[in-house]
Amino acid sequence: MTPIVDVSNLRKTYDGGFEALKGVNLAIEQGEILALLGPNGAGKTTLISTICGITRATAGHVRVGGFDNVTDFRRARALIGLVPQEIALEPFETVWNTVSLTRGLYGKPRDDAHLEKVLKQLSLWDKKDARTMELSGGMKRRVLIAKALSHAPRVLFLDEPTAGVDVDLRRDMWETVKQLKEDGVTTILTTHYIEEAEAIADRIGVIRKGEILLVEDKQTLMRRMAQKELRIDLVQPVADLPAALAGDNLRLTDDGHALIYTYDTTGERTGITRLLAALSDAGLAMKDLSTTQSSLEDIFVGLVKEEDAA
Amino acid sequence: MNIHAVRAIYVKEMMRFFRTLAQSFISPVLSTSLYFVVFGTAIGSRIQEVDGVSYGAFIVPGLIMLSVMTQAISNASFAIFFPQFTGTIYEVLTAPVNFLEIVLGYVGAAATKALFIGVVILGTAALFVDLQILHPLAMIAFLVLTCTSFSLFGFIIGIWARNFEQLQLIPLLIVTPLVFLGGSFYSISMLPPVWQTISMFNPVVYLVSGFRWSFYGAADVPVGISLIAIAGFTTLCLLVVYWIFRTGWRIRD
Ligand SMILES: Nc1ncnc2c1ncn2[C@@H]1O[C@H](COP(=O)(O)OP(=O)(O)O)[C@@H](O)[C@H]1O
Ligand SMILES: [Mg+2]
Repeated sequence: MTPIVDVSNLRKTYDGGFEALKGVNLAIEQGEILALLGPNGAGKTTLISTICGITRATAGHVRVGGFDNVTDFRRARALIGLVPQEIALEPFETVWNTVSLTRGLYGKPRDDAHLEKVLKQLSLWDKKDARTMELSGGMKRRVLIAKALSHAPRVLFLDEPTAGVDVDLRRDMWETVKQLKEDGVTTILTTHYIEEAEAIADRIGVIRKGEILLVEDKQTLMRRMAQKELRIDLVQPVADLPAALAGDNLRLTDDGHALIYTYDTTGERTGITRLLAALSDAGLAMKDLSTTQSSLEDIFVGLVKEEDAA
Repeated sequence: MNIHAVRAIYVKEMMRFFRTLAQSFISPVLSTSLYFVVFGTAIGSRIQEVDGVSYGAFIVPGLIMLSVMTQAISNASFAIFFPQFTGTIYEVLTAPVNFLEIVLGYVGAAATKALFIGVVILGTAALFVDLQILHPLAMIAFLVLTCTSFSLFGFIIGIWARNFEQLQLIPLLIVTPLVFLGGSFYSISMLPPVWQTISMFNPVVYLVSGFRWSFYGAADVPVGISLIAIAGFTTLCLLVVYWIFRTGWRIRD
């Protein structure tokens, strides 16, 4: 199947000369929920802005629903709904009017029933005649989501939707996203919380310094994340693994000085006790033990460190 | 053509206007009345007829132009500046609309408001002086073209401006002097020759002159040249707006 959003070799250099996207490739499948995970300044907003048309790409292409977002921008953009990171609403407009405006901008005829459904789903119905400046921050964010859904988009972008958002809204939002998924709507959200990506996404993409480091199915990613390696240094090097110890998770280093055991920290049992017993049964003397996280965990720890430094 | 988008922008902008209708109505009526009291009655009684019409009647076309130009500029510049100020411009930038549809919505609404003000002033003026309109069709054409071109000009200013001060700067420093020196309150022929020549470089002279011709049949410059001047100004503004959206100048990173 052709991806609903196809980003190829996308580059963005801002006027000041800063390169915010360094050749991004990303294929997003129809109906999936993709979380873009990355620290502040990674380029998440720039990527979304360039796909949606707020910023112009320096190089590369974006296709939405098969339509180029520059040469065929009408058909490409008609498919998109965007909830921006920063709250931006015209203060004197009523909720109903501002949501209607978005629908009109996207070229859709008036449809009060659809707007009513969207507003009710987001618990905004009783606020429909309120001016946006009278609303709380959380309510404003709901209005932004309602605007993005006003024209029934096929692809929804949520840029850091839960930053500073209360529990109720977060729950309503995930409920909405799940319902949209049932209708075949694709959702792309950005976050810098791995827990959030884990909770809602089908696939997770990690972005850092304008580069996509990896995009992976959530389950696979979580399994890889949970893996650790136990290194057992031996007093005497051995030429081969003793037959009694042979298994998928155990290997010998090239010089024969150590054994590497890979295990899953979330499993019921790690198998370490059994391994150590088997080692002494085999008569191998241990000099030292150490554990390391999988490379992926390192990435995330790195992300968090950058975050703290910022 | 995304007609729904044009209408959505236009309706939104007009609703903003209707929310402050009383204010939009009272201020031109009041200022026009004041002009008549000061210029028409106090000064006008000492000035003889100009080009065969009473001074009070003579200044009506100029007064209308003065208000229409300043209103068109301030309406249009604010209309496009404010969404950039609040950040809501993102919606227009991501919607499936081209530059012409955006312009039709915003500039169309600003021009409509300016036209409304122009008609209100015309009505107010009719209470003070006897008006005659020799060429009503030309009068309407000049009025509509002026509303449109100056709204376009205001739209450009609104995109260019980075803050509220800049938004006021061009109207204050350039437009107001040009309009006041544009023959609204006098005939160019009343000036010394040097100033007559200088005035020919003021585009507003052509507008006021053509507009006044449509009332009384007398003009400072041939009416054909007036029409060409305003059509040229409109085209120039349209080209600039086209270029802005083409290059993303000041609106897209
Ligand atoms: N308009 C701009 N001009 C120059 N640099 C920018 C602009 N917008 C963002 N940047 C820079 O681009 C990088 C990526 O920003 P952004 O896409 O907002 O990251 P994220 O959304 O992941 O936090 C940051 O270093 C930021 O400073
Ligand atoms: Mg961001």
